[in-house]
Amino acid sequence: MSSALQIVWIYPDLLSTYGDRGNMLILAHRAKLRGIPAETVEVRSDQALPYGDIYLIGGGEDGPQALAAQRLQADRGLHRAVDRRAVVFAVCAGYQLLGNSFFAKGAKCDGLGLLDLHSDRGPTRAVGELAGDIDPALGLPMLTGFENHGGRTHLGPEVKPLAKVRTGIGNDGATEGAWSGTVIGTYSHGPALSRNPALADLLLRWATGEETLAAADDTWHTRLRSERLGAAGLV
Amino acid sequence: MTEKKLPLRASLAASVSRTAAALSRATGRGDGSVIGGRLGMMIDPDLLAHLAAGRRIALVSGTNGKTTTTRFTAAAVGVLGDVATNSFGANMPTGHTSALARAGTTPYAVLEVDEHYLAQVLRATTPLVVALLNLSRDQLDRAKEVAMMAQLWRDALADHPGVHVVANADDPMVVYAAAAHAAAGEGRVTWFSAGQRWREDAHVCPACGAHIERDETDEDSWRCATGDLTRPAPQWTVDESAVIDPEGVRHEVKLQLPGKVNVGNAATALAVAHRFGVSPADAAPKLAEVASVAGRYAQVDRDGRNIRLLLAKNPASWLEAFDMAEEQPTLLSINARDPDGFDTSWLFDVDFAPLRGRQVLITGDRAFDLAVRLQVNDVAFTHVKSFDEAVAAVPPGRLEVIANYTAFQDIRAELDRVV
Repeated sequence: MSSALQIVWIYPDLLSTYGDRGNMLILAHRAKLRGIPAETVEVRSDQALPYGDIYLIGGGEDGPQALAAQRLQADRGLHRAVDRRAVVFAVCAGYQLLGNSFFAKGAKCDGLGLLDLHSDRGPTRAVGELAGDIDPALGLPMLTGFENHGGRTHLGPEVKPLAKVRTGIGNDGATEGAWSGTVIGTYSHGPALSRNPALADLLLRWATGEETLAAADDTWHTRLRSERLGAAGLV
Repeated sequence: MTEKKLPLRASLAASVSRTAAALSRATGRGDGSVIGGRLGMMIDPDLLAHLAAGRRIALVSGTNGKTTTTRFTAAAVGVLGDVATNSFGANMPTGHTSALARAGTTPYAVLEVDEHYLAQVLRATTPLVVALLNLSRDQLDRAKEVAMMAQLWRDALADHPGVHVVANADDPMVVYAAAAHAAAGEGRVTWFSAGQRWREDAHVCPACGAHIERDETDEDSWRCATGDLTRPAPQWTVDESAVIDPEGVRHEVKLQLPGKVNVGNAATALAVAHRFGVSPADAAPKLAEVASVAGRYAQVDRDGRNIRLLLAKNPASWLEAFDMAEEQPTLLSINARDPDGFDTSWLFDVDFAPLRGRQVLITGDRAFDLAVRLQVNDVAFTHVKSFDEAVAAVPPGRLEVIANYTAFQDIRAELDRVV
């Protein structure tokens, strides 16, 4: 086993629709900035899930989403990873399949049961800017992203909302995303970490056990955040 | 076909359409294709069908390359006479209506069709040939996802058994769209191969969900793991500078437009024109006359800089643009307005590494999204607030400009609407 931080991107052959690669690239980049050796691993859906410190799951269409859930259920590697408190960051379709159930192609599908939530279809498609105040327990600035999904997600008592919605729909118009332990799911799709570098650093801190990371030059991330939050009328 | 044969209402509608388009152009509001077509269709909702009746028409659709391929095809079919075409990229039914209303009596038309409207335009125009170029991710906040679009095309073709299809054998999504049509009768589909640089949307078989497998020794070949779909043998192929026809004859195409992707577009055009009875030997020289397409590839000299405009709208077309651009100072401009799609996530699907070592400038409404992307990609860049600032920031010589749709139009306007 390598001593470098292992960042595992789960099934890009199935779940990679909206620049999902970005989260892997951003985590690796920010680790490198801090002198943390990191390796990225892309695991295809016909391969066994390898050991990882951080697992990423992206967004995708209904068919691939259902297939990914089946393969991960059979593989059990992600279940074992969560048991040993590995970090999981999942967006959109990937977020839904961590729950107990979700809808794909009109049918209810079994999720992995790693987050206490379930998803169904909403009355409208949620497309546009998404922003919200992140759970104060996580100590992060406001979440900003772009959402594009037809689902609505209902949280159970074992998880906390990632954020309270200020703009957009998220789970249901009131809350957005969910977290429990070191597992986070969000409807902020694609390269969610590009607008949320502090969230990227939280994942790195969880994975490395470091209390703090060296400061990074976030000039461009900060300008991007200000512009997008400004466009949503939030600064 | 003459105007006299049109029903009275259609004739009036066509006339209003032309007048409105001319007014729009005269007042500097645009090229008039959309407003003219829209007014005409308000008067006669079947105007497109009326204007199409009796003509021999080719439709060209796909995510990328359709404007250029339409232009090449119109040039190739032009061997026979005047060709009606929507050369301004107005590729929805209003634009088709306007193009045909403007064209008068010519029996030939080559129309670029937005991929979402293919079924509707097939119904209205009963074309001789449909060219299907490729399908990849594009404006996903609005567009149908890729496999769904392939299914829509497949369904649309099922209703038109008589149409001849010219289709890309390298793109599994296109092959899925055309495969049932091909299986339903001998000689209904002509396959071409032009290589496919972007493959990220074709990992999974659209028919069954199994993996698409690629042969390590022959990089063009592919097949679905369950055998549901395999690459058909192409009749038309390309090499670096020539199109090879079904008889194996090599036709040198001395294109002014850069990149291997345009040799592929030339092959498609020659294959379509062949269905009109135009020999590739006659058509190939016509393609060399195309210098730019609605501003794309145009070169403009300003302040000692030779500025070349490349349009790149989605990950697949960015890869092609990097292939075309010379290793010279490069301006990238990104917007996310309505025609571009509001979602910039795709920036992370593009590997900008080919730009390392060049002087890179960035601008546009969403330059900061691009800035973060380039930083993560280890590409050094400078942000500029305007096109003029970019021109001033580079030394005399070539400036390559790569921009997405509205950013491209903004820069074109700066350069006085170059065509």
